[in-house]
Amino acid sequence: MIADLITRLRYRYFPDHMVGEVLGKRWMDNTIPVLLLVAILSYFVATIPNFVSFGNLSDTSRQIGEFGLIVIGMTIVMLGGGIDLSVGSTFALANITALILFNLAGWPPEAVVAGTMGVGALVGLINGLLIGYLRLRAFLTTLVMLTLVRAVVTLLLQMYQVQIASSFVESDLWDFIGTGSVLGLPFSVVVLIVVAASAHIVISRLRIGWRVMAVGGSRRSAYNAGIPVRFTVCLTYVVSGLLTGCAGALYASRLSGAGPDTGLGLELAAVTAALLGGNSIGGGHGSVAKALMGAIIVSLLTNGLVRLGLGNGSSQMAVGIVLLLAISINVRWSKWRHKLQSKVYMSPAYLALPPDPEIDPNSASPYAMNDRLRDVEVIGLGEVDGPEDVILDADGNIYCSARQGDIVRFLAPDYRRREVYAHVGGRPLGMAIDKDESLVVCIAGMGLYRVDKGRNTRKLTAETNRSRLSVIDDSRMRLADDLDIAPDGKIYFSEATIRYGIEEWVADALEGRGNGRLIRYDPATDTTRTIKRGLLFANGMCVAHDNKSVLFAETWGCRISRYWLEGPKQDTTEIVLDGLPGYPDNINRGSRGTYWVALAGTRTPSYDLAMTMPAFRRRMARRVASVEWLFPNVNVGCVVRFDAAGRVLESLWDSAGENHPTITSMREHRGYLYIGGVTNNRVGRIEIPDADPEWTGPASYWAKRP
Amino acid sequence: MNQEKIVLLIAIVLFCAFSLFLNGFTSAGNLLTLVRGVSTLGILGVGMAILIIGRGIDLAIVAIYAMSAGWTLHLANGGIPIALAMLIGYLFALSAGVINGVLIAYVEVPALFATLGMASFVYGFARYALVPLYVVYMPEAASGIAWIGNGFMFGVPVPILFFAFVSLLGFAFLHFTKPGRFVYAMGDNFAAARMSGAPVRPMIVLQYAISATIAYLAGMITATAVASMNTNIANSSMIYDVILVVVLGGIGLSGGRGGVRNVVVGTLLIGILLNGMTIMDIQYTLQDVIRSLVLLIAIVIDSLVNPRDEQTAQQGDI
Repeated sequence: MIADLITRLRYRYFPDHMVGEVLGKRWMDNTIPVLLLVAILSYFVATIPNFVSFGNLSDTSRQIGEFGLIVIGMTIVMLGGGIDLSVGSTFALANITALILFNLAGWPPEAVVAGTMGVGALVGLINGLLIGYLRLRAFLTTLVMLTLVRAVVTLLLQMYQVQIASSFVESDLWDFIGTGSVLGLPFSVVVLIVVAASAHIVISRLRIGWRVMAVGGSRRSAYNAGIPVRFTVCLTYVVSGLLTGCAGALYASRLSGAGPDTGLGLELAAVTAALLGGNSIGGGHGSVAKALMGAIIVSLLTNGLVRLGLGNGSSQMAVGIVLLLAISINVRWSKWRHKLQSKVYMSPAYLALPPDPEIDPNSASPYAMNDRLRDVEVIGLGEVDGPEDVILDADGNIYCSARQGDIVRFLAPDYRRREVYAHVGGRPLGMAIDKDESLVVCIAGMGLYRVDKGRNTRKLTAETNRSRLSVIDDSRMRLADDLDIAPDGKIYFSEATIRYGIEEWVADALEGRGNGRLIRYDPATDTTRTIKRGLLFANGMCVAHDNKSVLFAETWGCRISRYWLEGPKQDTTEIVLDGLPGYPDNINRGSRGTYWVALAGTRTPSYDLAMTMPAFRRRMARRVASVEWLFPNVNVGCVVRFDAAGRVLESLWDSAGENHPTITSMREHRGYLYIGGVTNNRVGRIEIPDADPEWTGPASYWAKRP
Repeated sequence: MNQEKIVLLIAIVLFCAFSLFLNGFTSAGNLLTLVRGVSTLGILGVGMAILIIGRGIDLAIVAIYAMSAGWTLHLANGGIPIALAMLIGYLFALSAGVINGVLIAYVEVPALFATLGMASFVYGFARYALVPLYVVYMPEAASGIAWIGNGFMFGVPVPILFFAFVSLLGFAFLHFTKPGRFVYAMGDNFAAARMSGAPVRPMIVLQYAISATIAYLAGMITATAVASMNTNIANSSMIYDVILVVVLGGIGLSGGRGGVRNVVVGTLLIGILLNGMTIMDIQYTLQDVIRSLVLLIAIVIDSLVNPRDEQTAQQGDI
């Protein structure tokens, strides 16, 4: 007993399911860089006195400002599928250009900055023309540019170094660029923030940014999609050169000096930073935020090591080891993540069902098995694939939802003629007919749709309000299942599960957690609200005859409940029918104030037992291939008639499961019952002796009442 | 017309032009100086070629070259027998190569970044913990190995013979041994090689071990030739020169093509260029500019002669 209680509590309140959901989040990519950043920061704060002092932070952040610009440029190039190794030399060239223009040519600071950026952009343009238009290899070409530009810098140094060092030009603006601050932030950091914000918007929101990502993601597809690949590639290098030029100007104004080692190894640091932040090599994945993160980590690391005074080589050793570690972890992580997620995503819960009632043919139970469905008349055999729901209009035509994404119609009166009434896509499941004789359909993976008399298909809703505490984004509907329409036009529909798509419904069955919900769509205001959560595979929906409540079935809970729409118990739920012998699917109105419910399959003792053993199911899900999983028995189903008080009146079986295995829906129409099944290839029809021969669904819902 | 032929043509044209217009260019002494000057580059190029043909790359080769030789000299300076010092230095180089290989083959880190990080680490670690000086001089006690860089055999400088020897070994390895053929298979289509049963992971480790061995040999040649090792060369653009020697000769970075011959051709062009410019007394930095421009022109011509097609361009083809 105690063990059972512990199991129950453990699997009810411990949020196992969140582990898999968190693993699926895109920000998981950035966790490693963030953790690294935190670790490095805390180490330095603990070991270096005054590491967080204002002076040091300001100096470090100025360097971060300059370095960050270069890393953003590098990231943009990498997003486009290239690499720019020339940035180290370009930076040195920009630095000496700025010094020559300012100290020797006497240009005003604004012109100096513009000119320097122009020189950087020129180097980028040469790269871009060679790589983008002549389609040289990025790696090799920028390597050559690295040595070429470095040689030019050395030449310039030989010519102008002495003059630069001996000249002295005053300019407040130039000093401000180098050492000034805005609102307490160093100028270079302000520049970085502005550039990063604009780059982020360009990359993630503007067409040109999307093109860069597309080219990086798949150059060939981008080319075939008509994107100007060559221009886009060229542009990324120009941007990189431009930003490097900008960084060079900032550096020049800050230090006013040029030496042979300016920018040496910078390309390596920039590539390290871009990769460390989580940008992928080869393009297509990454962001400016990742670039900034990497830039900050590398800057802090090198700066901190210098301040630790570890001596020659220590910072390069650290950069090397961090690069190796970070990439190793990144590579393994991206490889393991999906494997891990698929293993832990399914997280079974504890579910104890009430004992199942007697179904023995000889018992007096209302569920006693019989063969009343064995000889039903078969309609459209082989002409329809998986009519999950069937419905009849006022004229007696049959509509059924088919697996190919069609609504198929069989024409009255003999149902020999078949036509595709509408192609809606997705997997249409539950259907209802509204006041205007339009068909309203729940489509798995798509949401709620409406097909009007003119056969025009229109989306009604596909999103609802997101629940506050959900890890996964549950605003988008994944598995809309069945619906019904209240007299005021409001549509009540069920979503079976928010965690799985239709192809994985069996995983939800094994989970038994209660991932389903009821949703209300109000066409008058075009609003969608979730009205009830945590349902065990919410399935059939039916507005009660008195229009005051809606009945809904919870398939894995083997019960039918009532949600009150008005009256003293408004917005509360009560159980109508509990402990069914099988898994209830669609519920529909019948004549004489009764209701029909389809049982998609019967319960089995082994499955019921497994549902109280979550750890067993978890082991199964992790170790056994999904095709070998325990499966709820859906071979033999039946149709049950019950009344508003929850009394079971009769049940119709096909114990051999020949004509109708897996019954998922049924409709009463003029004394006959029409039967559908999600895996069947036919619609069944059987006469109901004690039914009202004049009763039809549309009349029950929409006829004028006396 | 492929890149190898274009480069060979440029080399021949330059050779003829220099022979006609430069005094003493064709003298035997100068030609030996020419080849000797680039033999280290050529030896490193053979190691790099074996990797690039197998679709890898080793950006750490120069760091290993400089730091392992530097440490050997430093150990010898500290009184350790030269043979033992060489063994320790070689083991250091080898372990760096093997770690590279393991990271690339088993952890599946892209070669570009594994070796980039390793280059930084090898230099940083050696400077921080092993070799405190920028320039390590060769001790007197090590004069017994000075012939490696300075000696002559049959009137030919030993470094040139080493270059020839390594080239021949590389050629034999690539063409006549099973692992050598695997290198081509891996470079041509890695997935296919793997599926058809080539032991790709041990092969990758072997490749990086070979390149580290070659790097150590080249390092010792340089160290003995100038009786010192400037460890700062690990930070120089020499790594790019090595790649350029290989790629210039016509070994594509996408792998599967080329051989040692391409390295020799690429090395010769660089050698002729440098030697001619030195005779012309062109300033060293200007030589750098001219060299880079020539390289740029060579790869542009290659791309014009053998244009790449958007449809067949590989993803992440950098």
